[in-house]
Amino acid sequence: MKDNVLMRVAARWNMPFLLVFALYTQTHGELGPGGGFQSGVMIAAAFIVYGMVFGADEMRRVVPRWVTDFAAAAGVLIYAGAGVYCMAMGYTFLDYAALVPSNPGGAEPWGMVIVEYGVGITVAAVMLTVFNEITEGTLPGQEPGGTKEVL
Amino acid sequence: MERIHQNLPALIVVLPLCMGLITSIIGRRGLGWWLAMGTASAVLAMAVQLLVNVLESGTLTVTYQMGSWPAPFGIVYVVDPLNAGVLTIVALIGAIVTLYARKSIASEMDPRRLHFFYALWLFCMTGLLGITITGDAFNLYVLLEISSLSTYTLVALGRQRNRRALTAAINYLVLGSIGATFYLLGIAYLYMVTGSLNIADIQHILATKVFPTWGTDAPMYRTTVYVGFALMAVGLSLKLALFPLHGWLPNAYTYAPSSVSALLASTATKVGAYAFIRVIFTLVGTGFAYRMLHTDVVLMVSAGAAILVGSWMAFRQTSLKKLLAYSSIGQIGYITLGFALGNVNGLTASIIHLFNHALTKGGMFMALGVVAYRLGNTRLQDVQGLGRKLPFTMAAFTAGGLGLIGVPLTAGFVSKWYLVTACIEAGRYEMAAIVLVGSLIALLYVWKVVEAIYFGKRPENVPGVKEAPLTMLVPTLLLAGASIYFGIDASTSARVATAAAHFLLGVTP
Repeated sequence: MKDNVLMRVAARWNMPFLLVFALYTQTHGELGPGGGFQSGVMIAAAFIVYGMVFGADEMRRVVPRWVTDFAAAAGVLIYAGAGVYCMAMGYTFLDYAALVPSNPGGAEPWGMVIVEYGVGITVAAVMLTVFNEITEGTLPGQEPGGTKEVL
Repeated sequence: MERIHQNLPALIVVLPLCMGLITSIIGRRGLGWWLAMGTASAVLAMAVQLLVNVLESGTLTVTYQMGSWPAPFGIVYVVDPLNAGVLTIVALIGAIVTLYARKSIASEMDPRRLHFFYALWLFCMTGLLGITITGDAFNLYVLLEISSLSTYTLVALGRQRNRRALTAAINYLVLGSIGATFYLLGIAYLYMVTGSLNIADIQHILATKVFPTWGTDAPMYRTTVYVGFALMAVGLSLKLALFPLHGWLPNAYTYAPSSVSALLASTATKVGAYAFIRVIFTLVGTGFAYRMLHTDVVLMVSAGAAILVGSWMAFRQTSLKKLLAYSSIGQIGYITLGFALGNVNGLTASIIHLFNHALTKGGMFMALGVVAYRLGNTRLQDVQGLGRKLPFTMAAFTAGGLGLIGVPLTAGFVSKWYLVTACIEAGRYEMAAIVLVGSLIALLYVWKVVEAIYFGKRPENVPGVKEAPLTMLVPTLLLAGASIYFGIDASTSARVATAAAHFLLGVTP
């Protein structure tokens, strides 16, 4: 599909907008519609569109497997880490008051922001892992990663 | 130290979760096992500490509020004598099987991906511990999915030894997902009626606002509660492999890697049984489930059929792992029969059998894992005359077998004693007869194997085998020894089980 000028240009030009909008959704999470899930899916979608146009191997060159493996675990660790930090400060698990002890009510958004970043990272990484698993050739005689196009 | 102490109920779930994630990142080159082993030991210590805390506290409960949100609004973890006991079972078996898994799994899968195995292993423990400790019905579903999803993958990892592990895992995935969905639907129906997801709160609302109207002209939500409970009961029966919903179990246990079979057989179905007990005795109450809906009759018929059919199918198997899998279905029948009777002795039998069967079956699956490690197979003709080649392993297997029959001085005898007493107390003489017939069939299938092990003749042209490596032998003997020890001195296990039964039925000893 990368021989098609229209697809190539559209994929390239869409990517920054998708990523920026993903970040906007991410930072908006605790105030209105949005949050980690939606933003993570959008980040992954940006890369998946890239992978579909330029080939999955090209996408894996940009985002190698070890990055997605690491990020998938790291996101949940950020979430759980926020909870463990609260426990270490003498509060209960995920009691965000621990983040700003002087102003427990103001601490809630901070807790949500941290946790949502964790969610976003994991969702994006897992979506990319799913894409990688589908596109890495597993049919007999087909070498891994041999697929150039998925559509 | 103080902070660890007050956060124990959360830590016991959060620690294996975090360590599982860390293991998937840095667990390469053998480090994965060390991380898993360290975590499993820490979890065991925490579970024992929680059990002690609960039994020593005046109210017999320890409550922990996640994020300091109070009960009906936030998720609470509630530890009482029942789930403290089940937590200890899961943590104990988890720690011992992790010790065993190192050599066993290394021979069964690609060593470069072992860190993912240990990560899944810890996730599975996270889910099982979480189901047990949570006081929130929806949280229970989430943790059920965590444990199930990792279990499906763990079963599929047996594919290097036998490709049929993949179909077994898919089969388990489909049926397990149906079970979990049924449970979720049931929760949704109860949420419709009560507007709450907290187990204690649902119980309170049902008992004070919903049930009292049923005797009047305008019964509130009667059909909705019926359907909700029925859906939950079917879903959980699938999860605990109660006959006739046991279809996924034999192949999943047979084709999974040896250490996974040992872990699942001794913890996964036990936790399912725990969740079922929780739903019947705490969530809706026996007044509704047993006296109004007569679920106990349905459960008793299923349990009786499970005991007879499971044991008989076990007798007909020639693959020893499959034999143990079918025997597990029969043993689940005993556990179900205990809580279906609904009296103190029956519940005690159920809870003590959760523990005793975990020890017995765990030890037996581990002994078979040794056979698979040395011979690559566990068919009946392969173990002919192995008693002289693997004396310790086979002794452990035989001890477990005696426990399955229920020979005095084994743990199985203690459970069956309570169970038969409970049957007679409840006037269910036919169930007592079924328990005894089930034990007779168990005698048949255990004898079939023991005869082959000790009196069979080793084929001439097979290579010699050595006794198991020490890291596999010690955990196997540990569980087999424990199954004998708790048959001779059952005071500790009986004390916890009786406390749990008294607590559930609300009677003071």
